[in-house]
Amino acid sequence: MIGLLHTRSIGADVERVDGRAKVTGAAAYAFDQPVENPAYLHPVRSAVARGRVTGLDTAAAEAADGVLAVLTHRNAPRLASTDDTELAVLQDDAVAFHGQFVAAVVAETPEAARRAAALVAVEYAGEPHDVVLSADRDDLYAAQEPEEHGDVDAAIAAAAVVHDATYTTPPEFNNPMEPHTSVAVWDDGGLTVYESTQGVHTVRPVLAEVFGLDPERVRVIARYVGGGFGSKGTVHANVVLAGLAARALPGRPVKFALTRQDMFRVAGYRTPTVQRVRLAADADGRLTAVEHDVVEQSARIKEFVEGCTKPTRGMYAAPNRRYRQRMATLDVPVTSWMRAPGECPGMFALESAMDEAAIACGLDPVEFRVRNDTRTDPDSGKPFSTRNLVACLREGARRFGWEGRDPAPGVRRDGDWLVGTGVAGSCYPVISDPGSAAVVRYGADGRYQVSIGAADIGTGAWTALTQIAADALRVPMDRIDLRIGDSALPRATVAGGSSGTTNWGTAVVEAARAFRDQHGVHPREGDEARGEMRENTAKEHYAMSAYGAQFAEVRVHAGTGEVRVQRMVGVFAVGRIVNARTARSQLLGGMVMGVSMALHEHGVRDPRFGHVVNHDLAEYHVAANADIGDMEAVWIEEEDPHVNPMGTKGIGEIGIVGAAAAIANAAHHATGVRVRDLPLTTDAFVR
Amino acid sequence: MKTFDYRRATDVGTAVAAVAADPGAAFLGGGTNLVDRMKLGVASPDLLVDVTRLPLDRVQELPGGGLRIGATVRNSDLAADPVVRAHYPVLSQALLSGASGQLRNLATTGGNLLQRTRCVYFQDPDTPCNKREPGTGCSARDGYTRYHAVLGASESCVAVHPSDMAVALAALDAVVVAVGPDGERWIPLTDLHRLPGDAPERDTVLRHGELITAVELPEPVPGARSAYRKVRDRASFAFALVSVAAVLRVADGRVRDVRIALGGVAHKPWRATRAEEALIGAPATAEEFERAAGIELAAARTLRDNAFKVPTARNTITAVLRDLARGGDS
Repeated sequence: MIGLLHTRSIGADVERVDGRAKVTGAAAYAFDQPVENPAYLHPVRSAVARGRVTGLDTAAAEAADGVLAVLTHRNAPRLASTDDTELAVLQDDAVAFHGQFVAAVVAETPEAARRAAALVAVEYAGEPHDVVLSADRDDLYAAQEPEEHGDVDAAIAAAAVVHDATYTTPPEFNNPMEPHTSVAVWDDGGLTVYESTQGVHTVRPVLAEVFGLDPERVRVIARYVGGGFGSKGTVHANVVLAGLAARALPGRPVKFALTRQDMFRVAGYRTPTVQRVRLAADADGRLTAVEHDVVEQSARIKEFVEGCTKPTRGMYAAPNRRYRQRMATLDVPVTSWMRAPGECPGMFALESAMDEAAIACGLDPVEFRVRNDTRTDPDSGKPFSTRNLVACLREGARRFGWEGRDPAPGVRRDGDWLVGTGVAGSCYPVISDPGSAAVVRYGADGRYQVSIGAADIGTGAWTALTQIAADALRVPMDRIDLRIGDSALPRATVAGGSSGTTNWGTAVVEAARAFRDQHGVHPREGDEARGEMRENTAKEHYAMSAYGAQFAEVRVHAGTGEVRVQRMVGVFAVGRIVNARTARSQLLGGMVMGVSMALHEHGVRDPRFGHVVNHDLAEYHVAANADIGDMEAVWIEEEDPHVNPMGTKGIGEIGIVGAAAAIANAAHHATGVRVRDLPLTTDAFVR
Repeated sequence: MKTFDYRRATDVGTAVAAVAADPGAAFLGGGTNLVDRMKLGVASPDLLVDVTRLPLDRVQELPGGGLRIGATVRNSDLAADPVVRAHYPVLSQALLSGASGQLRNLATTGGNLLQRTRCVYFQDPDTPCNKREPGTGCSARDGYTRYHAVLGASESCVAVHPSDMAVALAALDAVVVAVGPDGERWIPLTDLHRLPGDAPERDTVLRHGELITAVELPEPVPGARSAYRKVRDRASFAFALVSVAAVLRVADGRVRDVRIALGGVAHKPWRATRAEEALIGAPATAEEFERAAGIELAAARTLRDNAFKVPTARNTITAVLRDLARGGDS
């Protein structure tokens, strides 16, 4: 047991400490940074999906007004390392996907750069490309060895009920409001980058390696970040290109913001998935076997595996389990993290299948899930530190008014609208990574400077860490002077995997405890102490995960097939809540993104050209206000003494997990039409 | 974006002369579509002549009945106009179903009519498109066609016209007033936009330099009701998959007057004259409405992704007319 922090600020409904700065425009994001004499970069993107650049005519661009330089693979500075092929920008003539950077113009204004970029004439030797994912491809390779516990085939042969279906999710593209932006400044042989990132300490070592610099010569600053959703969790080519340009133009800081269309090319995205799920159950509706077989795509230049079978491993008790994950290597941009990678698409498949299996067993879908709850992690055999899936299902059913639900599909009508309800489970693991550190220093103003190189990407970390520091030091929040978002501050892990509060909060608590141990409660100016997040040894003994249950009421128009989500209730068991206000926003935001996933998001890659044709927010739709009905996100009390000193489990991602399945299940209940391929657009229902 | 000249016009004659004299010139209204196209590299005018300060910003009742809508009346203002709301609800509903509040505050009546298709291939200079670059081919026909035409398309173009307002105006028998170097002319709204044929680069029958100055509506059909229904995946800020504008007068259980226009199905607002002919004098029943819709849609030709538009249009025509006949809201 860790010894949970005594809480005063933690748990309160606290206004964002950065809220005023953001709504008044005072918060400076990366591109806003005032630098001396900036230049602006605009890239030239490949018009072919595979091949080589054979000709580059840059004369017209170079002659254009305001142009400072045109960079190509022929003249761009050489990188010290090209091991990460995604980051090997302008290092050779190879084209690996449509939209890849093949040149860049740097000019006095963004307009001049953009105009001149259009004047760069590029010739290609195109090669046949292949961008189409299918489970029937004969070149799929195993991303991991197929894994089997027990004997799935025997269990299926002996089962009273077998459900076997394939579910698909399309390519989905993270689109935070703020696109990826970089301001790169070279001086005295060092590089400073103002970067829109989920982790300044994630970017620094990567840039150090790519540019061949001592990490101490690289500084990355990101005090405010306009959303990430995973797309800013790993380093992409944009910041390397900005760094190259700045190096090529001594004395000129270079500003580079991706366009919205670039967000569909070089910022990462979620792979499409094809997922076959087989469930076997006995006559009482107890699962005897679970099989999850996933096919995904990966870019030719860099592998990324979306671990869709992860949630299936711990969700339900079934003595026989088999997981398989196969990949196709395609001429596409690099896939990467997008909110709840693995869990999000994986749980769409599993929780849709659970709904279908419940129906096949003649059981209520809530009851079917409760019946298959497990007290130990099926794969590892470890007990859970806390697990309240059933409590979430019960509480959600109560709040939603699930009791007495008629299971018959397609029979409730309100005018031209068919009405149905659906449920799905949610889960997200408690991810903790050691290595974050924090420093507490007592300032001349009588406040405690708390420093950690964390990132607030809109999640509320500014506020949550202030609350945690206040409680750890046993002072009011206004005595805390938090400093984050700068690699000059102590090392912190990435804002990813819903792990920020766990990792950074633990480091802050450790630093606060060390400070009080060393300096007592009456410190002197300049007193300071450092603390570090160490490996949580409780992980050896316990499986740790957050759980939830999502309920949706959906209407489908009988004449047009339009799908509208009238109502959603999400109940989550996520340990202690640090800030009731920002936590609710996080969970609701996940659920809203789940509505987008269920109904709208679909990046359409044209196989002839290789690019996403609906590459802007006019055509790639996410939910608008009018799509969001009555939506409630709540949590149940959960005290977990094993996860970390705050007792938190992470809330950034679980809100999206299961949401799309709840909506698809409700749409089936409304219409009798089972849609296994996201998104649920009108054409699936219109007759 | 290419640099360009900008001029603010103070009278119609000067504006028309300035654009007519320069093949690279374009009129600028609210800019909600043209400026997007300029940013995308789809349009690159040398000169923009801003017409939004012209004295064309009024909605006036005409002496002989009917309404004259100035070309620079903003979409928000037109939708909120008391006469429009009372006597032409189909128009107000269509306007409010389009774009977003911010865009409607800027977009003008004339500009709305002249907005161009949002076909993803037209909007992407990296792909062939006969409308953007005549003779390069149509990328849409064998591509992503969920939003594309099922009526009146050609081998060279399968794009749809994106306006909601224009669909309502088509059902209202509106007339467009245009001024060119040779003077003023009146063009029925249904004749303003073209079918693509083999010249999809031409959206309308207007000549270069001709400026829309007004749209005129005849007086409302006595005893008729009207409505607009837009079908889309997203509840707001999305173009129509299919839309239906209808004006209906029923007496003694029979259809006495009916005008139907469809959006999202063709290169122009599609006036459903075959369905109208089939309904005049017919019993005002859902069965008859569906039969008439089927007659209109018999000519539909679908592509890979848009076959659903045919049943969607059929069902929506039926439902809108059914609700109008009932006296309820659709």
